[in-house]
Amino acid sequence: MSTDREIVVLGAGMHPWGKWGRNFVEYGVKAAQDALKDAGLAWQDIQFVAGADTIRNGYPGFVAGATFAQALGWTGVRISSSYAACASGSHAIASARAQILAGLCDVALVVGADAAPKGFFAPVGGDRPDDPDWVRFHVLGATNPAYFGLYARRRIDLYGASVEDFARVKVKNARNGLANPNARYRKAFTMEDVAASPIVCDPLRLMDICATSDGAAAVVLCSKEFAARHTTSPVRISAVSTVTPTFPSALIELPDIATDSSVAVAPHDLSFRASLAHAAYQEAGIGPEDLSLAEVYDLSTALELDWIEDLGICARGEAEKLLRDGATEITGRIPVNASGGLGSFGEAVPAQAIAQVCELTWQLRGEAGERQVSGATVGITANQGLFGHGSSIIVTR
Amino acid sequence: MTKDHKPVVPGWFTTSGEDFSLLGTRCTACGTVFFPRQETFCSNPACAGTEFAEVPLSRRGTVWSYTNAGYRPPAPFVSDPDAEWQPFTIIAVRLEAEGLIVLGQGAPGVGVDDLKVGVEVEIVPGVLYENDEHVYTTWNVRPVEVKA
Repeated sequence: MSTDREIVVLGAGMHPWGKWGRNFVEYGVKAAQDALKDAGLAWQDIQFVAGADTIRNGYPGFVAGATFAQALGWTGVRISSSYAACASGSHAIASARAQILAGLCDVALVVGADAAPKGFFAPVGGDRPDDPDWVRFHVLGATNPAYFGLYARRRIDLYGASVEDFARVKVKNARNGLANPNARYRKAFTMEDVAASPIVCDPLRLMDICATSDGAAAVVLCSKEFAARHTTSPVRISAVSTVTPTFPSALIELPDIATDSSVAVAPHDLSFRASLAHAAYQEAGIGPEDLSLAEVYDLSTALELDWIEDLGICARGEAEKLLRDGATEITGRIPVNASGGLGSFGEAVPAQAIAQVCELTWQLRGEAGERQVSGATVGITANQGLFGHGSSIIVTR
Repeated sequence: MTKDHKPVVPGWFTTSGEDFSLLGTRCTACGTVFFPRQETFCSNPACAGTEFAEVPLSRRGTVWSYTNAGYRPPAPFVSDPDAEWQPFTIIAVRLEAEGLIVLGQGAPGVGVDDLKVGVEVEIVPGVLYENDEHVYTTWNVRPVEVKA
């Protein structure tokens, strides 16, 4: 399944997730330096920097590529900065990949970092009735977890899921996160702990919903030719899917207060989330049956179950059975969120999709320690954010 | 003194007459309905329509899903920070004729236990918040009462 569109992850690095109270640039520099060290390269070797933007840290956050390049020391390197909500990290990877595959550079550094406020994400200031993100807060009080609550309720009413199933996801991911030095919450949770936490958006409780975190992740990406001079066991990126929804988008998605109308055009067979994975599989020339593991965007526990189906790992309504049977455990048939997922990390928006690739890189190299998935050769990431953004990346060995 | 009633967003729902309804627009070329209203370009990629007619949306639909706000949402949501927080429901309503799903707050007194995916609901007038000068009106959603 090797294609001529592949690139190599030569190095991966992260700054641990947490609430550290420092400037996001510090986290990004640490992750970048770790990724460079892991790749065996010096900063001066980098020919292109792709920054993943944060919108919560002022101007430097909007120009992340320049911000990190300046912090590491101007070298005249070429840069890009990408904002794509929760998929910003993947868009930065896509930007670097395009440069490498076009032959414009051999080796690139991708960095995403955030310092996040406490509590619910809220829109940026000002009265903006033309901005759907403002409208949903002002007119409906619909926070991000409200949308997660709507999706979770569908699983209960349509598929017979239970709140205990959702708690099982938290217990599993917390257990996985115990073995991850970069995770924020390295603490075991029980079903009772989840049940005792307050309702945020029915049926979801506080322990079902991911927090907002500080953190940073970086990867060094290069051409296969460049990699051949630096490693004998390359981990490759075989697909980067960043497709938009297809009109009419028929599921209610953040931050919209209504879906597209399907009176004139019938909705596509695949939901937006499923189409993200579908495009990645097509690009890599593989299918869900080839996966060793998956890192999915568990903004809520119930959303992990949606993703398992969106990735085609099982049919609609069957993810709870996989979970209950232990198939998604690290020792199971298809481990999901071996890293501990967002449940153990909290979300550091522009770093998160890059962190998913870091985890797959370490897993495919066999360097994941106690959370190692035995014999992992193919991994997929999945992620979705506001305004039609999402991504799915396939990493192979 | 009675306060002025103002719609929270002008033009999104009727403010007079007996039949309260949400107001959308329909592309006169392809028939796609838009809510919130779209009036200058059509988002159907196969349509070049530029003319839109205002249309009232169906007053009844079915519950696609529902949740509630267990915590006070941040600004620009308006609420009295000194008042004890009372959760409200958020209901996603499927409107068959328009082929779309629209969100609304549940009417006062409607809790998650009153709802189920698939049950029939209606869209009714409601109050979002008030200040010293104005009562800001909105739309609410409530289950259609079963008549004996």
